[in-house]
Amino acid sequence: MNKSNDSMMHNPIDQASSNTQTKHAKPVSRRDFLKLTGLSASGLVLGSMLPISLPAWAHTGDHSNNALNLFVSVEHNGQINIVCHRSEMGQGIRTGIPQIVADELCAAWEDVNVVQGLANEEYGSQNTDGSRSIRRFYTTMREMGAMARTMLEQAAADKWGVPLAAVYAKDSFVINKESGKKISFGSLADAAAKVQPPATDSLTFKSKKDFKYIGKSMQIVDLPNIVTGNTVFGQDVKLEGMLYASIERNPVVGSKVEGFDKKAAMSTTGVVDVYQMPEQPVPVLFNPMNGVAVIANNTWAALQGRKALAVKWGKSEHDSHDSAAYLGELNERIVTKGKAIRSAGDAYKALESASKTVAATYTMPYLVHAPMEPPAATAVVKDGKCEVWACTQTPQSTQQNVAGALGIEKDNVTVHVTLLGGGFGRKSKPDFSVEAALLAKHTGKPVKVVWSREDDIRQGYYHAISSQHFAAGMNDNNAVDAWIQRTAFPSISWTFTGTTDEPSDGELSLGFGDVPFAVNNMSCETHKAPAHIRIGWVRSVSNIQHAFAQGSFVDELADAANMPPQKMWHQLIGEDRKVDPTKEGFKYGNYGEPLDNFPIDTKRLKHVLDDVVAKSGADKPTAKGEAWGISAHRSFVSYVAVATKVRVTDGKVSVLEMHSSIDAGTVVNPDRVRSQQEGSMIFGLSLALMGEITVKDGAVVQSNYSDYQVLRMPQSPKIETYIVASDDLPGGVGEPGTPPVAASLANAIFRASGKRIRDLPVNKHFKV
Amino acid sequence: MISFTLNEKVIEVDADPSMPLLWALRDLLDMTGTKYGCGIAQCGACTVHMDGNAVRSCVMPLSAVAGKKIKTIEGLPSDASHVIQQAWLEHNVPQCGYCQSGQIMSAVALLESNPNPDDAAIDTAMQGNICRCGTYPRIKAAIKDAAKKQTASYNYNLGKNVGEQA
Repeated sequence: MNKSNDSMMHNPIDQASSNTQTKHAKPVSRRDFLKLTGLSASGLVLGSMLPISLPAWAHTGDHSNNALNLFVSVEHNGQINIVCHRSEMGQGIRTGIPQIVADELCAAWEDVNVVQGLANEEYGSQNTDGSRSIRRFYTTMREMGAMARTMLEQAAADKWGVPLAAVYAKDSFVINKESGKKISFGSLADAAAKVQPPATDSLTFKSKKDFKYIGKSMQIVDLPNIVTGNTVFGQDVKLEGMLYASIERNPVVGSKVEGFDKKAAMSTTGVVDVYQMPEQPVPVLFNPMNGVAVIANNTWAALQGRKALAVKWGKSEHDSHDSAAYLGELNERIVTKGKAIRSAGDAYKALESASKTVAATYTMPYLVHAPMEPPAATAVVKDGKCEVWACTQTPQSTQQNVAGALGIEKDNVTVHVTLLGGGFGRKSKPDFSVEAALLAKHTGKPVKVVWSREDDIRQGYYHAISSQHFAAGMNDNNAVDAWIQRTAFPSISWTFTGTTDEPSDGELSLGFGDVPFAVNNMSCETHKAPAHIRIGWVRSVSNIQHAFAQGSFVDELADAANMPPQKMWHQLIGEDRKVDPTKEGFKYGNYGEPLDNFPIDTKRLKHVLDDVVAKSGADKPTAKGEAWGISAHRSFVSYVAVATKVRVTDGKVSVLEMHSSIDAGTVVNPDRVRSQQEGSMIFGLSLALMGEITVKDGAVVQSNYSDYQVLRMPQSPKIETYIVASDDLPGGVGEPGTPPVAASLANAIFRASGKRIRDLPVNKHFKV
Repeated sequence: MISFTLNEKVIEVDADPSMPLLWALRDLLDMTGTKYGCGIAQCGACTVHMDGNAVRSCVMPLSAVAGKKIKTIEGLPSDASHVIQQAWLEHNVPQCGYCQSGQIMSAVALLESNPNPDDAAIDTAMQGNICRCGTYPRIKAAIKDAAKKQTASYNYNLGKNVGEQA
């Protein structure tokens, strides 16, 4: 299914360190480019601190870059450097961005070298989250490619003394239309770099039929290094003379270090220092947590020394937090009328006069990211400057937070982005880089902070525990005339304010206030929910609980109306139209996109639903004990529907098949869209079947994959992905697949077993 | 000093004998292809071969490695020519790539002991290797493909070298 482009197979892609880009094609001088990309000696703050385990990208070399713009430079030997300013965490962006640039550039793919951008505002936002790398930069990347191509064409035209229109670029050459002569990009490098960069509005672009890379399934550029063990993740960085640190952090947010056995830790073989971290203020922000660092000659020694610390922790206002009791409180509150954030008609009156009513409460526990690579960062501080290597989704925020913690200017902090061993939102928080910087400053040496799996599970930024309540009224024809939905969960905003005690508009914009159903009387409400542990965004964010509740409730209505679920979905979604939640009073964010460009389009939502049902056969009869469940959801301005087939026997749920249909508008690398859908199905299935973080006495109970279980191969079903062909603007891909999964699963389990699961995870009710 | 064979070279390590092989590889020997994921043999990211068997290096003390033959991901062909590496390339298996060293080492060990595994055998051999990105379907497909190709090439060689084998 994944036929790779042959030309990709032997592409010697090196990671190269560098930085890049801005939202608009902005010409820069060669010197600036080198500085931005870290390719020149002056680009590295601390030239003497050459990483010894890093590949070429982190070294300074004698590059003869000829920068054509922030993203593109051409070497004399023909190598074309294309900057990727977004973080690679498995979504394939280090391949996707170069695909777009190289296509408009008319570059031969084997000439392309991907350069990883350093933290720099010149690029615009580098925050690799919100499923927006392609969405936000598709056009800019095409401009960068077209600009560079035009400059190369102009250089050739000048050389031949012909007009620009008399030449064209193809496969890293510029060709003279009349004579058929050709010159390589490498030979034109110097001259092209001197050409006045053309204005963006003068650029010409390829038409879709001429695309060579955009829309093609291409092998990821890091693949050869992955299968030979040559990639460098945050955990893999090693600098000359580097020390390793492991930090014992407070089990309860807000509790402070009251004492520890420094002597015992210091007497552990290999331990060279013990350091108490600065006290964390409130709000918790991205600051390191309170704790004690053990610094050693190797990771193992640091971990051993930590065991001897015996830290005594002080009291915290969050000591009594108990997730089970807390969820009980949310469940009591959620059945009462809340604060309306969007309303139409009179939902309560309509509910009273309905001939049939259905109501249900749905809950989800805390979740944690648990990426395969726990957070890690390496820093060195010298002469008022700091250099950081980290598996970060947010190099700019890392730069700002490190600068703030060290009390130096942002420009004196250089942030290198390594590959990320998974991110899922955890690595958007730069706390671990700040830890490394503080310890590097303290020791005067390079320090790598290694988070253990236990640290990752117990000191995360958690997906919020939540309760949702839905109530609907139907008339005699089973048409839904009243719709009330409520949600309550601790807000991510608390992490930044320390006081927020209700969901924010931003979180409510994720699958709650944007409910696309055509019901005349509707009330969307929220309730208070104070926070007691660090709350953060996890892949798909609050869409997870909202889509679970909404998708389950639609199925419950279908059941109550004795109607096929697909029909109930159609009835609720209603006619083809563009939904505008702001007209009903909701401050809708729409993922930062204007509704004009990225409307809530009911036609597209219905299409993915129908597509997945038709292709999976989810409307066909099944064997006894087996059943299909379906659900659909729009998030990150893309549309996904999922059909899940389960077998329930002897109290055990086996997931047999998962099919998904995605409409993400224009797609750059279909194979990576497919792989993201596969991953989203498994991520969603994992959290729905067994994802659960519990808190007792203010502290997270789970500690590792032994008790925070994630999906393994034997539980992984057959997966099929259908991509809707579309010329619409590119939508998100990394996150939209996950939200409909839990509901499709719960719906399938209900239809197979008669048991409706309203409180996740499933393993509270069935063996999985 | 603890001596063992690492990717066909005899080496010596001066370290605490209780230090797991994982940290000796990563911190002392600069072999970072083998990854840390859990430290308690739950995720398989640290999988290496010890005398041909897949083991979790995060719980394998150096004292137990003395005199043994260890193979890491770096011990596979650097041109990615191993049938498993080739299948990984063909199926574009990895997403983030972090768990893949361990997945590949488990898959290589599986095919060495069972050249033609069925779905159940693959599930059993691979269930100790977690992938949070969700590449399981591709890993399974790649292993099946590699098994087919391996068998094909093995038969070919058998015919060609039949004299030697006799």
